[in-house]
Amino acid sequence: MNTLFTICKREFSAYFSTPVAYVFILIFLVMSGVFTFYLGNFYQRGQADLLPFFNFHPWLYLFFMPAVAMGLWSQERQLGTIELLMTLPVTLWQAVLGKFLAAWFFAGLALLLTIPLWITVNYLGTPDNGVILASYLGSWLMAGAFIAVGSCMSALSRNQIVAFILTVVVCFVLMLSGFPLVLDVFRGWAGEGLLDLIASLSFLTHFEALSRGVVDIRDLLYFVLVIVVWLVATTQVLTVKKSV
Amino acid sequence: MIEVQHLTKRFGSFTAVNDLSFEVRPGEVLGFLGPNGAGKSTTMKMLTGFLPVTSGSVRIGGHDVAQDPVAVKRQMGYLPEGAPSYGDMTVLAFLRFIGEIRGYHGAQLRQRLLKVVDQVGLQQVLKQPVHTLSKGYKRRVGLAQTLLHDPAIMILDEPTDGLDPNQKQQVRQLIANLAEDKMVIISTHILEEVSAVCSRAMIIAAGEKVADGTPAELEARSRYHQAISVRFQQPVNAAAAFAALAEISEVDELEQGQSYLLFPQPGARPYHAVNALIEQQGWEVDTLHIERGRLDDVFRQLTGV
Repeated sequence: MNTLFTICKREFSAYFSTPVAYVFILIFLVMSGVFTFYLGNFYQRGQADLLPFFNFHPWLYLFFMPAVAMGLWSQERQLGTIELLMTLPVTLWQAVLGKFLAAWFFAGLALLLTIPLWITVNYLGTPDNGVILASYLGSWLMAGAFIAVGSCMSALSRNQIVAFILTVVVCFVLMLSGFPLVLDVFRGWAGEGLLDLIASLSFLTHFEALSRGVVDIRDLLYFVLVIVVWLVATTQVLTVKKSV
Repeated sequence: MIEVQHLTKRFGSFTAVNDLSFEVRPGEVLGFLGPNGAGKSTTMKMLTGFLPVTSGSVRIGGHDVAQDPVAVKRQMGYLPEGAPSYGDMTVLAFLRFIGEIRGYHGAQLRQRLLKVVDQVGLQQVLKQPVHTLSKGYKRRVGLAQTLLHDPAIMILDEPTDGLDPNQKQQVRQLIANLAEDKMVIISTHILEEVSAVCSRAMIIAAGEKVADGTPAELEARSRYHQAISVRFQQPVNAAAAFAALAEISEVDELEQGQSYLLFPQPGARPYHAVNALIEQQGWEVDTLHIERGRLDDVFRQLTGV
């Protein structure tokens, strides 16, 4: 537990040892503002809720989260510090989980800094704060899923840019797997059951329910499961990469 | 104790380490010698549990590296090749991180940090990010990292690579001071280092052990072993006289006859015969000594091109 915490703490503070973290957060905040107020017609809708804000999150995360996660393992490999880290008394899981949590908390911090928006809607009207809380929770869970994918892709390549691009591609497919764009590839040769399965894997469908304030345990479980699966994949990739 | 048995590592069809067996006991400093690509680093990576073995076993302090890697890593300090560290962190933050991972905190951690900072001389640079440091300081940060928990076993991959002669001397001194009750394995291709710090040397070529013994034993395998080096005050035409001695197999005339290198017949100790000849001829000697043998000669002979 202590080891996990130590690794997580180091990774988290590593984000802030360069100006990159501040630039990231700034861009995130500006973009969420732009999406909410201009593209989401926050004022014109005349409704006191944050739906326009959360609706854009999947798209914002598609580029933001891969950038947060791309360095997790590829940087270790490029600097050679992976050899240092993995020869300290640390298990593979402690390292994978510690790094993931650090990135996830960093995403959580960026998300927390959007709270002025929440205050704004409360000032302008009387929103359903339960819905907003559920949306924040869902959004953070979805961020975790993006980062878990990013962690695995980062373990695959020593090049951060490659890791970034791979993550964007995989996340894009996972996001849209409920939509014709992805489903059409399978339609015709895959059975109805498989199609349903693929459709049910979509980030967007599960997030939509949460962002409307419907906290279904299955949607929460879905994101937790996605995180676990991709972290297991990360440990597998690291193990395989080690022995060749 | 470090027990390595039939250690083998293959990458695809390439065999990097082939059936390597050896032991290291407390108090021993084992030097890994070998040309680049001989498998020194690969062997070290397997000892530390970073690379899985293809076959064979490594037991360290009673724990099998494959079965119980964390227990092994706990009692070991490892300096990977190039001494990698997190460049964005300050020296202090980096060492503190290592200390916390090693399970120290509070006053104990502070005390360990002070000790190790003093041992390797990092007082001046504690607040600097590691990536701003010179090569020598970076290497010292790496050494501090391996020493922090006062490990019983130290594995150092080229600890003096890229250091200036003074720094090399410091690092060797440090290792020599440490070694009393520890097991140390260092890899190097600097041969003088072996004589300076190692109690035992192992030469590896193409993944296989080709020699194993004390530095003196290895030197004894050199053709320079027991050779006589003589330097006269004036050039002397002595080649034929030396060559005529029964104990001498070959004579090298250097500096137009001012000095000679006399190689012995296998097993012979020609010093007395040479000395007697010089006395008899009345040649004025400047220096006269017996060669111990040269490691670089043995090294070339065993790993030869």
